[in-house]
Amino acid sequence: MSHALRAVAAAATAILLSFAAPAPASAGKADDTLNIAWAGELPTLDRYFNVLREGELVARMVFDSLLTVDPQTFDYKPLLASSYRFVDNRTIEFELRRDVRFHDGEPFDADDVVYTLNLMADPATRVLSRQNVDWIEKVEKIDTHMVRLTMKAPTPLALEYLSGPLLIYPRDYYSKVGSQGMGLRPVGTGPYKVTAFDPGKRIVFEANRAYFDGSPKGRPTIGRIVQRTIPDQNTQIAELLSGGVDWIWNVPNDQAAKLASMPNVVVQNAQTMRFGYLAFDASNRTGHASPVNDVRVRQAIAHSIDRKTIVKRLVRGASEVIDAVCFPTQFGCVQDVATYDYDPVKAKALLAEAGYPNGLDIEFHAYRDRPVAEAMIGYMKAVGINAKLTYLQYEALRDKVYNGETDFTFMSWGSYSINDAAASVSQFFKGSKDDYARDPQVIGWLEGADSAIDPATRKDLYGKALRRIAEQAYWQPLFTYNVNYVHSKDIAFTPTADEIPRFYAVTWK
Amino acid sequence: MLAYSLKRLLLAVLVAVTVSVGSFALLRAAGDPAVAMAGHSATASDIEFIRETYGFNRPLPVQYADWLVKALQGDFGESLYFRMPVSRMLADKLPTTMTLGGLALAFALCVGLPLGIIAAIRPNSWIDRAALLVSVTGQAMPTFWFALVLVVLFSITFPLLPPSGSGTWKHFVMPTVVLGYYATPAIMRLTRAGMLEVLASDYIRTARAKGLHPAVVLLKHALRNAVIPVVSLSAVQFGFMLGGSVVVETVFALHGTGQLAWESISRSDLPTVQAIVLVLSSFYVVLSLIADLLNAWLDPRIRVA
Repeated sequence: MSHALRAVAAAATAILLSFAAPAPASAGKADDTLNIAWAGELPTLDRYFNVLREGELVARMVFDSLLTVDPQTFDYKPLLASSYRFVDNRTIEFELRRDVRFHDGEPFDADDVVYTLNLMADPATRVLSRQNVDWIEKVEKIDTHMVRLTMKAPTPLALEYLSGPLLIYPRDYYSKVGSQGMGLRPVGTGPYKVTAFDPGKRIVFEANRAYFDGSPKGRPTIGRIVQRTIPDQNTQIAELLSGGVDWIWNVPNDQAAKLASMPNVVVQNAQTMRFGYLAFDASNRTGHASPVNDVRVRQAIAHSIDRKTIVKRLVRGASEVIDAVCFPTQFGCVQDVATYDYDPVKAKALLAEAGYPNGLDIEFHAYRDRPVAEAMIGYMKAVGINAKLTYLQYEALRDKVYNGETDFTFMSWGSYSINDAAASVSQFFKGSKDDYARDPQVIGWLEGADSAIDPATRKDLYGKALRRIAEQAYWQPLFTYNVNYVHSKDIAFTPTADEIPRFYAVTWK
Repeated sequence: MLAYSLKRLLLAVLVAVTVSVGSFALLRAAGDPAVAMAGHSATASDIEFIRETYGFNRPLPVQYADWLVKALQGDFGESLYFRMPVSRMLADKLPTTMTLGGLALAFALCVGLPLGIIAAIRPNSWIDRAALLVSVTGQAMPTFWFALVLVVLFSITFPLLPPSGSGTWKHFVMPTVVLGYYATPAIMRLTRAGMLEVLASDYIRTARAKGLHPAVVLLKHALRNAVIPVVSLSAVQFGFMLGGSVVVETVFALHGTGQLAWESISRSDLPTVQAIVLVLSSFYVVLSLIADLLNAWLDPRIRVA
């Protein structure tokens, strides 16, 4: 959107908010229906074939996995499994619950687990996120309520995958209707069942009254949840103010601040696992001699940017500055790494030392948060770095990154909400197409960390890698992101850092 | 007439083909569809896998030819995103867009024609100036701004109409006004200009001199001739509204083809975008073809031009 359009949109929102009368009492509570809206259009409700975050929210309502993660403590808890144990570092055995039924009445047992996991791990099934399933060698039935899972190699993230993306499907139903059938009329064991799905428009959920006791997710209390896809943020706000919906999210800070002053509306801001970073072409993948091939230039750029002020003025909310290339709560994310505080004098000195006493010109790419990108350009300019911004769609930028055509980029990463450094640092520094550093030492440490099971060994190796990355300034981590959840006063809703709103846990006030 | 029609038809087909080739090439240039499909968190190997699975690594001319042959048989393939037949999605969404476009055109005609006639009868009067104001604001005001103003007024301050969604007639009121208002000025100005010209002509003077009732002169003799270009303009406007209702459909969450096109472009859902571009541009081409033929039939001078 151009600046002019953006200004008009902001002004329009201001009008919207200043003329808006207090929201009428929501009809939702009266007829036990929670109305929620988001912008994302879900292509299918078969979670193995959609990659949207909204798909995750739906999946958690409709399906269960063998384990689950406590969103506050990040501990693993049995869900469809009643218990599990590591036989060795490549084998886990799961004892399954006996009191669980699918939405269509079929009892849940070992056959469903064996069928689902083996099917999804088979490359021929073409699930979209391969890393979720690629590590599984096979899953076998021991008896009706006992299964054994064998990994191809020790996989530290195994429990993480088993407690999130690896949902268990009903064997009979899925083998009959396939992904398309499941995508339209999903059948799971979860706290809500889908009673209507109009792709791209709306989803209707009814509470699963037969949901098993003792689930860490808890029994659903709200009878009906209706989701509508509303692409325009202003329209979402209008719907919230007119009582048409009870819950929206991803509301920009300016609008959220105004909404917070309205009666009947609650605004909650929470940090998310997503963080922003600058990635430099340290290993000269572009082929042309780029100033950022030199560690001193990378350090100079890092020192030139006042991240604290950017967070305070632009990103705001619960965001914070970070120094290591991982989200602070992630396992293995050490904080004792080299830091680059705002120090323009030092930045200039480093530039001079690198042979650029009169500054330099460089290409800079970004795909989101243009104001932040522009603020950084301003800071860099102050020390003599003229960064020319090319602002692209994510797809186009990722293309350029893969083809080694970027000197340095402003990117962000959400770690698939996985609370482990493997999902952040290993993703980008293990020699893949995304790796602009190509540091053999770092690659070696990360390979070791990702295949070790012993937590102490892993922590030690991630620490080594993170310290080396910071010292060489391969990346400059910037800040964590935050999300605004805006909802009616009628509901009790708790945001979590993994950015997965748990609608099954929402209650009326 | 036959030669002209054939020439015009051939041109229409050429336009449709050019549009399809152009959209195909542009979409491919806009970014890797495999990256878009895999989502923002995908790894390089995920993307490679998708690229091979969906054949995005084949040469572009091969991909285009493959698509065109199937499209001509009515098979637009499967949406990469929704994984359902594109033809089914279009069948689902086109009625909404057609309804909106039709209603908006009706609105524009109901407002634009009378205003244009009145403005022509009393040139430079306050009515003429008021009509000019309507026309200027209609063209200058961003549609999404106007949409939001209506939403504030009629959904929040006076909760009479739902701010978004579809299903009842109430959902179509605001979108129709917004989209229709956008099309009104052109119709109004053309009507005014046509009427002014016709009213100054000899046969109208003759009709008046015969002592005919002013209303008969105006509606039977003058309007009939003045309205001809408006009819062809309306055809083109209708085509334009089918393709140009993206903003209106997005703001009011109407889930028609405009919004589908917009969303499909942003997620590189190529089969869907290509089908929408082809269907809507064909529609546009057919409408302007009809308008051209109509004009040629009405005014023989055009045929030899």
